[in-house]
Amino acid sequence: MLFLELYIFVLAGFVGYMVITRVPPLLHTPLMSATNAISGISLVGSLVAAGSHRSSVATILGFVAVVCATTNIVGGFLITDRMLKMFKRDDPKTKSSSEPK
Amino acid sequence: MRENLTQLSYVLAAVLFILGLRSLTRPDKARQGMQMAAVGMLFAICGTLINHEIVDYRWIAGGLVLGAIIGYPLGMWVPTTALPQRIAMSLSFGALASVLVGVSEYYNALHGVGETIGTARMAALGFEVLLGSLTVTGALIAFGKLQEILPGRPLTFPGQNIANGLLFLIAFVLLVMVIIDPSRSSAFYAMVGLAALLGVLMVIPIGGADMPVVVALLNSYCGLAAAATGFALGNSILIISGSLDGASGFLLSILMSKAMNRSFSNVLFGAFGGGATTAAVGAGGALPVRAISAEDAAIQLAYASRVIIVPGYGMAVAQAQHQVRELAELIEKRGGEVKYAIHPVAGRMPGHMNVLLAEANVPYDRLYDMDEINGEFPQTDVALVIGANDVVNPAAREDKASPIYGMPILDVDRAKTVIVLKRGMAAGFAGIENMLFHAPATSMLFGDAKASLSKLVSEVKAA
Repeated sequence: MLFLELYIFVLAGFVGYMVITRVPPLLHTPLMSATNAISGISLVGSLVAAGSHRSSVATILGFVAVVCATTNIVGGFLITDRMLKMFKRDDPKTKSSSEPK
Repeated sequence: MRENLTQLSYVLAAVLFILGLRSLTRPDKARQGMQMAAVGMLFAICGTLINHEIVDYRWIAGGLVLGAIIGYPLGMWVPTTALPQRIAMSLSFGALASVLVGVSEYYNALHGVGETIGTARMAALGFEVLLGSLTVTGALIAFGKLQEILPGRPLTFPGQNIANGLLFLIAFVLLVMVIIDPSRSSAFYAMVGLAALLGVLMVIPIGGADMPVVVALLNSYCGLAAAATGFALGNSILIISGSLDGASGFLLSILMSKAMNRSFSNVLFGAFGGGATTAAVGAGGALPVRAISAEDAAIQLAYASRVIIVPGYGMAVAQAQHQVRELAELIEKRGGEVKYAIHPVAGRMPGHMNVLLAEANVPYDRLYDMDEINGEFPQTDVALVIGANDVVNPAAREDKASPIYGMPILDVDRAKTVIVLKRGMAAGFAGIENMLFHAPATSMLFGDAKASLSKLVSEVKAA
C-alpha cells in the first residue's frame, strides 16, 4: 500500500511539473492562489478528525483545521476567480491604434 | 458502496484539479477551468462527508460556516496590492490545517482511540507536522514582513546559519526518535515546537525583495505537508493535491531564484545570507542626477512613437496602476505604441505586476516578459521606469564587483531616453547604487508615483 501511495505521489508530481511549466509568468499569481485553494483539500482530513468523535482533543483540533481549510478553499477560489476575471485581451473595437505583434 | 462513492468523488476531483491547473496555461480559458476545479473540490468534500467514520456533524457544520465567513472577505475584499501577504497568510492557514490533523491523529493513536501507528505511518505523520509547523510560522513571518508589521530589512545575528542548522538537526533527530518509538510523545511535541521556531528563524533573516522566492518555497512546503497528510491517512486525493501544490511551489521558487541569480541549493535551505543586503551604499550623492519636470517629461512621452513602461514595486505601493493605464491610452491615442516590460521578480510575488495591470484594464497581450522584450529597448524612444530599481540596474550586467552581478535585468539603459519615476534618491531594497539613474540618457521625475503620473496625464492631454 505504501508503495502504491509513493507511485501516486511521484506521478502526480510529474503531472504537476509538466502542466505548471507551461503556465506563463503572466498568470503566476493566479497559479499561486489556485494551488492555495486546491491545498484546501486538506479539509477532507480535517472533516474526519472533527467528526469521528474519537477524543475531544481531536475534535477541537479537527474543528480548527476545518475552519482553516475552508477559509482557504472559499477565499482561494474566490480570489483566483476575481483575478482571472480581470485578465482581458485587447479589444480591437475600442482601440483606434493598430497593435503590431 | 459508500467507500466506492467517496473514492469516485476523489478521482473526479483529481481530474478536475489537473484540468483546472492546465487551463492556467491559457488566459482566456483559465477562469472557466478554475471554476471546474472548484466543482471538483465540492465533489471531494461531499464524498468525504458520507464517510462512515464521521458520526457527529455539529463541529463540522460550525467549522464550514465559520471558514466560509472568514474566507469570503479574504477572497473578495483584499486589494490586489495586498495579494502577496494574502497568499502568505493562506499558506499559514493551509499548513496549520495539516499540522492539526497530524497532531490529532497522533493524539488519538497515542491514547488508543485511533488506528495504531506503524513505522511508515509515523514517518508520514512526523514529516507532516515538521514541514507543516515550519510553514505555519514561516508564512506568518513572511506575512508580517509583507504587511510591514515586521521590518522588511533582514534581521541577522552572527552564526545564524549554524544555529539554524543545529536546530534543524535536533528536529530531525527527534523525528527519527519518534519514528523508532511512536510512544515518545514528548519528543513528538518538542519537534512540533522546534519546527515552529525554525520557521521563524528561517524567514526572519530574509529581506523584503527576496519574498517572491520565500513565498513560492513556503507554497511548496505547504503542499508537501498536505501530501504527507495523505500518506498518514492513506488518502490519495490528499497525496495528489499535495504533490501538485508542492511541484508548483518548487517550480516557481526555481524560476524566481533564477531570476534573482541565486543558486537553488541556496534557496532550498533558506540560507539567503545577508551578502547582497549588507553591501555598502556607494557615494551616490557625488554623481550627477538630471531631474526633469512633469511638463518636459510629458512632452517627451507625447511625441514618442515607441514607449516601454517598466513597473516595479513602487507602482504597487503608490497604487498607481490606473494612472499608468490612463497615460498609456493617451500616448496610444496620439499614435505612439506602448508596451509593458515585466521582470519576473518585479513586485513581491511571482506575477504580481501582471495582476495589478490587469486590474487597471491593461490588455494582457501588452504585457511582455523580460526575454520577449529585452531586444526592443534599443529601438525604444522612451522607457518609463515606475518605482523599479534593482531589476533595471545595469551593474548586474557590467559590474563584476556588484552583489547583484549576473542577475538578469531589463535592459532599460539601452533605450534612447529613460524617464525614472522615483520618490527620492534612496537605494533599492538591495541597497546598491544604480548607475542607470546617473546615465546621460536618464532623467529623474521625483515624487509619489501616483501624483507624478496624474501630472503627466494632464500634461500629455494639453500637449
